Amino acid sequence: MGSKRQFRIWRGDETGGDLKDYTVEVNEGEVVLDVIHRLQATEAPDLACRWNCKAGKCGSCSMEINGKPRLGCMTRMSTFEESETVTVTPLRTFPVIRDLVTDVSFNYEKARETPAFAPPADVAPGDYRMEQVDVERSQEFRKCIECFLCQNVCHVIRDHDENKPAFSGPRYFIRAAELDMHPLDARTDRREYAQSDMGLGFCNITKCCTEVCPEHIKITDNGIIPMKERVVDRRYDPLVWLGNKIFRRGQVPQTSATSGHSSGAVTSGGTHGGAHAHGGGPHVGGVHSHAGGSHDSAAERQAQQGVNWHREVPHPTAPAVDASGKLPLTELTFNKAAAPSPFGDDVTFPLPPEHLNFAHPQQDEPKH
Amino acid sequence: MTETRIERHHYDVVVIGAGGAGLRAAIEARLAGKKTAIISKSLFGKAHTVMAEGGAAAAMGNVNSRDNWQVHFRDTMRGGKFLNNFRMAELHAKEAPQRIWELETYGALFDRTSDGKISQRNFGGHEYPRLAHVGDRTGLELIRTLQQKIVSLQQEDKQEFGSYDARIRVFSETTVTELLLDGDRVAGAFGYYRESGEFVLFEAPAVVLATGGVGRSYKVTSNSWEYTGDGHALALRAGATLINMEFLQFHPTGMVWPPSVKGILVTESVRGDGGVLKNSEGKRFMFDYVPDVFRKQYAETEEEADRWYTDPDNNRRPPELLPRDEVARAINSEVKEGRGTPAGGVYLDIASRKSAEEIRRRLPSMYHQFKELADVDITREPMEVGPTCHYVMGGVEVDPDSGAAYGAVRGLYAAGEVSGGMHGSNRLGGNSLSDLLVFGKRAGGHAATYADQLTTRPAVSVAAVEAAVETALAPLQRDTGESPYQLQQDLQAVMGDLVGIIRREGELEDAMRRLAELRERVAKVSAVGTRRYNPGWHLALDLRNMLVVSECTAMAALERQESRGGHTREDYPAMDPKWRSVNLVCSLDGDAVRLTRKPLPKMRPELIGLFDRAELAKYLTDEELAEFDALTEEANN
Repeated sequence: MGSKRQFRIWRGDETGGDLKDYTVEVNEGEVVLDVIHRLQATEAPDLACRWNCKAGKCGSCSMEINGKPRLGCMTRMSTFEESETVTVTPLRTFPVIRDLVTDVSFNYEKARETPAFAPPADVAPGDYRMEQVDVERSQEFRKCIECFLCQNVCHVIRDHDENKPAFSGPRYFIRAAELDMHPLDARTDRREYAQSDMGLGFCNITKCCTEVCPEHIKITDNGIIPMKERVVDRRYDPLVWLGNKIFRRGQVPQTSATSGHSSGAVTSGGTHGGAHAHGGGPHVGGVHSHAGGSHDSAAERQAQQGVNWHREVPHPTAPAVDASGKLPLTELTFNKAAAPSPFGDDVTFPLPPEHLNFAHPQQDEPKH
Repeated sequence: MTETRIERHHYDVVVIGAGGAGLRAAIEARLAGKKTAIISKSLFGKAHTVMAEGGAAAAMGNVNSRDNWQVHFRDTMRGGKFLNNFRMAELHAKEAPQRIWELETYGALFDRTSDGKISQRNFGGHEYPRLAHVGDRTGLELIRTLQQKIVSLQQEDKQEFGSYDARIRVFSETTVTELLLDGDRVAGAFGYYRESGEFVLFEAPAVVLATGGVGRSYKVTSNSWEYTGDGHALALRAGATLINMEFLQFHPTGMVWPPSVKGILVTESVRGDGGVLKNSEGKRFMFDYVPDVFRKQYAETEEEADRWYTDPDNNRRPPELLPRDEVARAINSEVKEGRGTPAGGVYLDIASRKSAEEIRRRLPSMYHQFKELADVDITREPMEVGPTCHYVMGGVEVDPDSGAAYGAVRGLYAAGEVSGGMHGSNRLGGNSLSDLLVFGKRAGGHAATYADQLTTRPAVSVAAVEAAVETALAPLQRDTGESPYQLQQDLQAVMGDLVGIIRREGELEDAMRRLAELRERVAKVSAVGTRRYNPGWHLALDLRNMLVVSECTAMAALERQESRGGHTREDYPAMDPKWRSVNLVCSLDGDAVRLTRKPLPKMRPELIGLFDRAELAKYLTDEELAEFDALTEEANN
């Protein structure tokens, strides 16, 4: 029942290497990792490859198969043509140790730099109370199996080692988002920290990370964009800017920005389930700028008219995925030369003047 | 050998294994102020614990307030057929809730009840809903939470001492090959970095073993490559003892083909929903295997059996729904008589019996799992199934309170799957995750205390290190021996075929002979290539651990002439109360495994009083029952 298939596998170490051809027997129902195991048991006993659970749960066997970042245990041989040569290479973003094994310590360093969960000071173990609907937001991100495919595919650091010190990557943005949305986390500066110390601003939402995620976590839509929106709220909000013009710094009218009901939408200001005690920080929630990507014209009209501190940001929408749960689009098959527009490809420029409410970050600095 | 570079580290506590038990132990040792190293064969956070789906059993009483530790204790002892170390079962039942709540302070997010508490689900053998869970990825949540707690401790250390690694450090992709002793005291651990092949020596007075199980010695297993019995073998070689090694948990229907899903469990509900077992001749063979005691409850014809699914009141059950060990025995003998599939299983057919739509509706996760992982469409073709190895109940014999290994060694601790006694002859689902937390914490804490009270630190001898280097390099220096992959396959064949789910005296004796042959071949194994991330070399070094642990299992299985929990002897099919009070203890005598019998510790009166006399009568000898009666009489007077 088996058939002979052609494989090209990168062999080498940090001093260099090249693709080596193998002809391997492949049986029905096998995945790429099975083929690698067969090679190890036969002609290449020292072929280096990480693996562990072989069931898509541990995230060890990350590799690039025909140029696409994938888990070896989740890539079935039946997805290739009989005659197709399957090329397997190590993750490109991380330094090679040997063959398919790369040095992924970058990720563990970034993990250590991300501030840990801060338990609420006055809640004893066993007394934690949270609503299922509130923990579900963070639970989506806690599905992460740390395969680092999102880190590998992210063009901010893929082929750009120089960005690595300042950029934590999608894996750690969703870690920050997870803690930001944790109903009982005592820290209130998760998103500011993500912007200032993790390099959230480098991300221009090409969604490659979402596309490769084997756990189908909506990294961009549910993690990164809400973080960006809420950072944007504070940093670029024209009303905050206006307020700063009218009032002296620190005297901006404060609001708790809590809406009593919880319809499941993300309330601006980011309170969850009422259990989250924001320590009265400088929370000026409310009106959104275009940078958040909202095209709700009624809300925008309202925003033009004045202060709406309780406006709900529309729920992040799921990307339009195909039957296999992937976006139907890759950078390679996209019909434009560059990445999709971060403003959305349906937005044409110049924008109608009434939609313009962008405030330059440095606009309130004195001009010369 | 002197030119070999060896990196040296000094620690107070070295934890070998970075699964749930190892991480919990390390957290405890670090919280006690000890300088702690965690050694992981894989990357940090990839442990086999992630495979646990069901949940962690803890009598929190969130869903049913009648649940308490006594009920949990009783369930655990029942599940283990009263062979458990009662004190471990007691501590486990008492402390599991605190260990779960503690995880929430580390950031864990369990599924919730409607009043906001941790939700608990029902599971086989647990009287009340008891398993704290996160969908079907509870193990992942546990590992990630502990991993992140360690990171948070490292962040505290960075603030205080300027370095993340000041007091707790993770050595990922590092394998320990040898424990080093100073007299009868642990002095350190020797191993190699998998990435570079460089050697590393940890000098430490206390070592915690948390290396998990032994499943890779079996042909069909749900376990990962790491499960080579390293901790079991290290303990033996250091002078510690193993108990209950004859008890392994098998599931009768694991996938045997295709290879991409080999070992993955096929839930029993496939048979409950109409799936039937067929041999290679297409015969529905279970009708031939109904034991006399069950004959009244089970159908004799296919027609009657098929009517049961729609009309269970007027028909008898189909024989596919016999207890697990009966199904396993039937599959086993069909395969051994040459009527198995090419991959060594039988067919489990639901495709020809139900419409595709109905299968997808009734068994959505099964359908998706096999579709996604193996492109097997269970609505169109039969599955190939056979017994799969899942969990080892046996392990290092430890002091129940501290986790300190018994035997001729001090400073050695064990927790989690590598330790024995807690689960007796069979483990309840959900008890392993709570086991990791309860005994991980205990072992880590007691290892720290032990390191504290030492007045002199044990010293590592140069000769022992040189010997360890030589042993580790030997497979690379030989080019005449066999390939480690071939040897592993042969070992798996012996264990899978002869020491599997159903055992017979003749086959076990045959297994002992073949293991003795394998021992000689493994001693001469050779690996090609260099020391740098060389999986062949790694396997060659793991083989000797797998071999000695397999010998323990085969010997103990031959010795125990009864069937109980995870040990089924076809020639002794019944449970024997006389064997209930006996633990089989393995130790090393030179190179050879030695087996001794040891009486089980006797349950305290207030604990045995939790059971009905009628239930105890099934397990205890007449003398033990008389003693129990005397106790109850005393209590009533």
